[in-house]
Amino acid sequence: MQVVAFWALAVAAVGFGAAVFAVNSMARATFALLASFLCAGGELLLLGLAYPGVLTILMMIMEMLVMAVFMIMYMMDPGGLMPMSMVHGRRGALAIAAGVFAALAAGIVLTPWPHRQGAPPRDPAFALGEAVMGPKMPVMMVAGVAILATMIASVVLATGRGRYGGAE
Amino acid sequence: MGEATPVWAVVALPLVLAGLICSAAALDAVFCAGGRPADPLREGVRLLLQQRRRTRGADLLLMRAGVISLPVAAFLAAMVIPLGAAPVLPSSVGVVWFNAMEVVAWASLWLTGWGADSAFPLIGGYRFLAQGLAYELPHMFALITAALAAGSLDLGAVAAAQEGLWFAVWMPVAFAVYLLSALAMAFWGPMGHPLAGDVAGGVPLELAGPDRLLFFAGRLALLAVAAAAAVPLFLGGGAGPWLPAWAWSLVKTYAVLVPLVWVRQRVPVVRMDRFMQVAWTVLIPATLLQMLVVGLVVLD
Repeated sequence: MQVVAFWALAVAAVGFGAAVFAVNSMARATFALLASFLCAGGELLLLGLAYPGVLTILMMIMEMLVMAVFMIMYMMDPGGLMPMSMVHGRRGALAIAAGVFAALAAGIVLTPWPHRQGAPPRDPAFALGEAVMGPKMPVMMVAGVAILATMIASVVLATGRGRYGGAE
Repeated sequence: MGEATPVWAVVALPLVLAGLICSAAALDAVFCAGGRPADPLREGVRLLLQQRRRTRGADLLLMRAGVISLPVAAFLAAMVIPLGAAPVLPSSVGVVWFNAMEVVAWASLWLTGWGADSAFPLIGGYRFLAQGLAYELPHMFALITAALAAGSLDLGAVAAAQEGLWFAVWMPVAFAVYLLSALAMAFWGPMGHPLAGDVAGGVPLELAGPDRLLFFAGRLALLAVAAAAAVPLFLGGGAGPWLPAWAWSLVKTYAVLVPLVWVRQRVPVVRMDRFMQVAWTVLIPATLLQMLVVGLVVLD
């Protein structure tokens, strides 16, 4: 059952990924890419990584929707009335893609992977946090919130007046 | 993870959700001046029989995906909410799953608006993205605050952590922000800018027949699910005297849902850029402060 789900999601992820370059509308390309990411999130769930899997699904939906705005905004024809192509510079792109794929695949085959020691932890997300942050957890949490607050504050200050004047 | 899910819960969930949708629609009709509770049902039957309308150059694939994903996302979000004792799909990360499924509405509205190949739905779709960016951060902080106090992302565990005191009582800011974002995620009432009258109805303008029915049912489903999720998050879950857990869950869900439905006829639609300003300058700092207070209490 899990093997079937794995292969179904894997084939769907690759298929949607290929569809990004086959469709002739930016909106469809965006959502084909989103579907591909969602399949990857499903694979994480299959691995038993509930938190990273659900987080991937959540972040990818939000991210691709914001991406859609920018991808369409930067198109030659933002109305999307004319068919478009996601493929440019075919020969060079093919060479780079094939080269990168070969290098990554060679890396998978040639790396001496370590053997598993011990059993997976009961809560992988918790164990990951412990491993990354350890006793510095409160400091890191405060720093994280501080960085976020800085980002939000700088955006708020930068957009005090929008393109059409203030909000009032 | 809690106890095993009873089989009846799997059958009951769609029925409960359908019941919530129908009663919310009937209530909305009653709150409307001159409306009768059976009006939405009649309108639903009419839409079922009505012919679909097509615009020239519509991207039907994307539009259908948008319309169908709305009720599907609401249903998937409902699966992790404990209906009494246990949810249909017990999950250690239920809060994040609920959040992820409710964000699907962003895609649904944008796809529906884009796919129609018509100006006003497109504007509505983009408005909802702006609305999403405005409400989502305070909303996430409200969710995280409840999870922080419970020390778990499991909705069942969050409910169980409120045996002494409801989270709604000692984190009122998070609860208020949650209620506001419940309106926003279902683009309901004052947060209905994507469907506002100034763009002739916005996103669902070109939808007709079963598509339109599905879209509006999906919207009410989102509102109902948001109200139902408030119960384990802030209102102590199914805990309560005399009645069984499922009955208390239902009673509390309606206690949240009825005011949410009522507010639609009482409060005017808020313009998106104004809401954005309030969300980022008032709501985000307020929720961050609330989280700080809760964090200090938990650390203590």
